[in-house]
Amino acid sequence: MAEIAEGGGGGGHHKGGKKRPKKGSTRIDMTPMVDLAFLLLTFFVLTSTFSKPKIMSLAYPAKPKDVYDAPVVYNAITFLLSEDRIFYYEGAFKPGETQLTESSFGADGVRKLLADKNKYVLETKIKLTDRLARKEIVDSIYEKELINAQKDDKALKVLIKTDLKASCKNFIDLIDELRINDIGVVAPVDMMKSEQELLDQKIGN
Amino acid sequence: MPKIKMPRSAPSIDMTPMVDLAFLLVTFFMLSANFRTDEPVTVSTPSSISDKEVPVKRFIQVTVSRDGFVYFNASGESTRQQTLEEMLKKYNMNLTAEQKKTFLKIGSFGCAMSQLPQYLDMTPEQRKEIKGWEVPCDTTHNELRDWIFFANKASLAQGQIDFKDEASKTTDKLDVNEYKPKFILKVDGKASYASAKRVIETFRDLDRLNLYFVTSLEENPYNRNKKE
Repeated sequence: MAEIAEGGGGGGHHKGGKKRPKKGSTRIDMTPMVDLAFLLLTFFVLTSTFSKPKIMSLAYPAKPKDVYDAPVVYNAITFLLSEDRIFYYEGAFKPGETQLTESSFGADGVRKLLADKNKYVLETKIKLTDRLARKEIVDSIYEKELINAQKDDKALKVLIKTDLKASCKNFIDLIDELRINDIGVVAPVDMMKSEQELLDQKIGN
Repeated sequence: MPKIKMPRSAPSIDMTPMVDLAFLLVTFFMLSANFRTDEPVTVSTPSSISDKEVPVKRFIQVTVSRDGFVYFNASGESTRQQTLEEMLKKYNMNLTAEQKKTFLKIGSFGCAMSQLPQYLDMTPEQRKEIKGWEVPCDTTHNELRDWIFFANKASLAQGQIDFKDEASKTTDKLDVNEYKPKFILKVDGKASYASAKRVIETFRDLDRLNLYFVTSLEENPYNRNKKE
């Protein structure tokens, strides 16, 4: 190719003489290619999305088909959500007796509360992680043990009741806090009438 | 000794390393890019610590916008086609070939069956501009339920075919469950829970209880504490 480019130069005919250094015409003008490369680069940089969205799984309870008996749950806590505010009560709901306590979405609010209540699972998890690090157990056993711990009677179970004024962010933030604190049993359920009344009363005050 | 004549030319810079780098970057971005699908609404999702990635294949997605409007999307061309045919049959409707083609191309859509022909005739820009259209999902008139039902049916059938196809090619043991569609709920953080609840109840009506919420990633505070 260089030969062709050189053809009109009329330089290479001196036989026996010193070969002249070729003139600089062998260089290809790369400018258009570079232009194109940078155009493509800009395009891909601008169109690509780096932070891929993630998904968080959540299992809802099945719709009751027949008469619905509330299952007996040990060590349960119920959260009531409304208008960026969060309330909770422990144990079963007893009309007239149960009092709602207000908490907050911040690190000192729900997270601290849950970490405190769910000590059993969190401590089990630390032990299991240690054993995993020392290679005493394999991954599958680790996961199985953790799930067992989460289902244990000593582990905290959470019911979430959202009223119609709450935003989706409130709901997902709470689920996220539950995930942070390794709470395995989470049930988003409908609010009872008596609870709604108690909540309205509390917000009204 | 003859003088060496320097060729007279414009001072040029050797661009080779730059070009190398440029092409390297182009290649990187090309391979890592996953294109944003053209959504009719922008939804800002809340954040969570979950690091599971959104599936690219086999999903049925319902979007709830900030104002509480509901949009539907299902992955896979064949799934969409079958779903559309079933829906048209159920609602005794017909679409032109052109409209059907548009339906396969668009991602999420938000309109009632009766509005579908008009919706598909619009340009993508017009679709983004219209306000107040959604897939009806009230208890009295629930079209979303039908969309999910048919899309699930079509996606399951397609998943079976894909599973058999891929299982025959490899000796690895494949998990059948991986070929079932995932139900994804993309809700805006500011949307009211009441509007999301309509969708959730629709899923529950159909006994689809394992839902996935789309969230953006945030760091687990416990891991962060460990590092410090």
